[in-house]
Amino acid sequence: MSRSISLLAAALLGLMVQLVPALAADEKLPAKDVGFSFEGPFGTFDRAQVQRGYQVYKEVCAACHSMSLMRYRNLGEPGGPEFPPEQVKAIAAEYKVTDGPDAAGNMFERPALPSDAFVKPFPNDNAARAANGGALPTDLSLITKSRAGWSGSLKTLYTTQLIKGMGGPEYVYSVLTGYQDPPPELAAEAPEGKHYNPYFENGHWIGMPPPLTEGGVTYADGTQATVDQMAKDVSAFLAWAGEPKMEERKRIGFQVMVYLLVFAVLLYLVKRRIWGRHEP
Amino acid sequence: MAEHAPYEFKNPVARWLESRLPILSFTKVHLLDYPTPRNLNYFWTFGAILAVMLVVQIVTGIVLVMHFTPHVDFAFDSIEEIRRDVNYGNIIQKMHQVGASMFFLAVYIHIFRGLYYGSYKPPREVLWMIGVLILLVMMATAFLGYVLPWGQMSFWAAKVITNLFSAIPFFGESIVTWLWGGFSVDNPTLNRFFSLHYLLPFVLVGLVFLHIWALHVPGNNNPIGVEVQSGQDTVSFHPYYTMKDLYGIVVFLLLFAAFMFFAPDYLGHPINYAKADPLVTPTHIVPEWYFLPYYAILRSIPDKLLGVIAMFGSILILFALPWLDTSKVRSANYRPIYRQFFWLLVIDSIILGIVGSNPPEGAWLTIGRIATAYYFLHFLVIVPLVGFLEVPRPVPKSISEAVLPPRSEFRAAE
Repeated sequence: MSRSISLLAAALLGLMVQLVPALAADEKLPAKDVGFSFEGPFGTFDRAQVQRGYQVYKEVCAACHSMSLMRYRNLGEPGGPEFPPEQVKAIAAEYKVTDGPDAAGNMFERPALPSDAFVKPFPNDNAARAANGGALPTDLSLITKSRAGWSGSLKTLYTTQLIKGMGGPEYVYSVLTGYQDPPPELAAEAPEGKHYNPYFENGHWIGMPPPLTEGGVTYADGTQATVDQMAKDVSAFLAWAGEPKMEERKRIGFQVMVYLLVFAVLLYLVKRRIWGRHEP
Repeated sequence: MAEHAPYEFKNPVARWLESRLPILSFTKVHLLDYPTPRNLNYFWTFGAILAVMLVVQIVTGIVLVMHFTPHVDFAFDSIEEIRRDVNYGNIIQKMHQVGASMFFLAVYIHIFRGLYYGSYKPPREVLWMIGVLILLVMMATAFLGYVLPWGQMSFWAAKVITNLFSAIPFFGESIVTWLWGGFSVDNPTLNRFFSLHYLLPFVLVGLVFLHIWALHVPGNNNPIGVEVQSGQDTVSFHPYYTMKDLYGIVVFLLLFAAFMFFAPDYLGHPINYAKADPLVTPTHIVPEWYFLPYYAILRSIPDKLLGVIAMFGSILILFALPWLDTSKVRSANYRPIYRQFFWLLVIDSIILGIVGSNPPEGAWLTIGRIATAYYFLHFLVIVPLVGFLEVPRPVPKSISEAVLPPRSEFRAAE
């Protein structure tokens, strides 16, 4: 009796595992795996890469995409691109913000300060839609947090996501480098003004034209500005923007783990000593 | 156990206090000298782990409230400001969010421990029922809290769950409007959810107090399920179990910290990092992992009202468990057949969880229906029947006989 129940249970679980891949047919392609420096329990951001990524955002993405949660001062704070303070001030001063009212009750324009939020490319969502064929360019502050690079099968759920993270930065990289000609059976139904991208989350058709072109930016550190390089850099920058305190989290996490581990060993020894009085 | 041994305190201040409020002897009786079965295994440390988790949630929650703005226009951004600009806010926020998951992990282990060792059986029925009540309040608290960051999944979860009440005949729609505080999930909904999310944890504290009170009347169950018979069967709570529990707590905190610091988003849904948008429905509306089995039960039944009844019934049925179980033997260690069914129930619950995370179509729907049927079959048919039909293995006469074999053999030889 008991043996048969165990067998039944094992068979049931086996059936589930068999069924899962068949059921998990997802339209979207899983993101391409990129070996980012910030992966893993000790991973940190590559300062030069995040700085280059900011340049790509500023010169390419920022034409349409806002980053409403970011402030210029963030660019100089520890754990990110860590631009020196003068450079942060200079970056901010390139933008104009409306301030006021002044003593006479008038609004006025002034250069942005490090404490100001990133200036948005459009005054409001409707203006953004109107300028982009009806599609609203997503705010990029949390793009690497709010998208999963891989999902679907149990294997990705239980291993890939746990070890490599949710794949948000990889998703951004894959979309940026994933533009291709539509397969012939889909080419006919291409919506007006849309581009084929099998990595894009909402179906294969994306409103954004391929944003990166070879040499689209000129890196100050002499890095070759290939599409692949720019995509990686801007994904790393957006990963940092999604969680500017990531390095702090991991650093404190390591300290906490070491502390708890030592504490656990000591408590185990204390417990054993105390129970030794009673247990032969 | 209610009979306090009169303690003589040497300190005059202690004596003065004791004669006015016997809080010192109460502490001594219930926290230090409390006689505890000597054979409790590590599954019994989850009670203490849960107490710690409740405190963690309350403390982190109070700090978060200092920085949170319960308004549809600001809630999402205020959580982000906590993550970005509040000192250690990123860690405090994750501690609360991942803490909820860990709280449920611990409570499920605690409940299944009770199911395995028959901790719900006389004389612990009230203890068990207060526990089920705690689970219900915990679930309500977790759901209300999940809505507060006002992300996409927060908003749609609020919508889906409150809409369940529309299944109530005649008054359904009015009740939903009343819950929302309007005609859609909006600012009044967020405000009242915030208010209740702050209230319910303190209700939990009260219930936990009753739970512990109800525990201290009959005393702990234990792995062999035989009541304590003599002083030889017990050790004092302190230092034996304070130290064992503390060790268990710290090991559990290691797991908690591992998730919190190194995979903080793993247990959540990425889409909740997108601000709530009432005009855009997410492709899959899925609750957090700890609600997935109930969600699977809800969706496996084609009729909405019956689905809601089944979902709540899956927990309410636990109230009746002490009377559904007909076996006199508590511990599954001595119940060869029940033990197999216990593990089947564990597997069934996991299957329900996996089903709940997938869209209710095709094979998933079929698996979900079988698993749901089996869940109720377990409690309504299998548990009562196995109690009658099973021949339990011989149960030891006492705890000390079971855990101190050499001495009891010696005595038997005498």
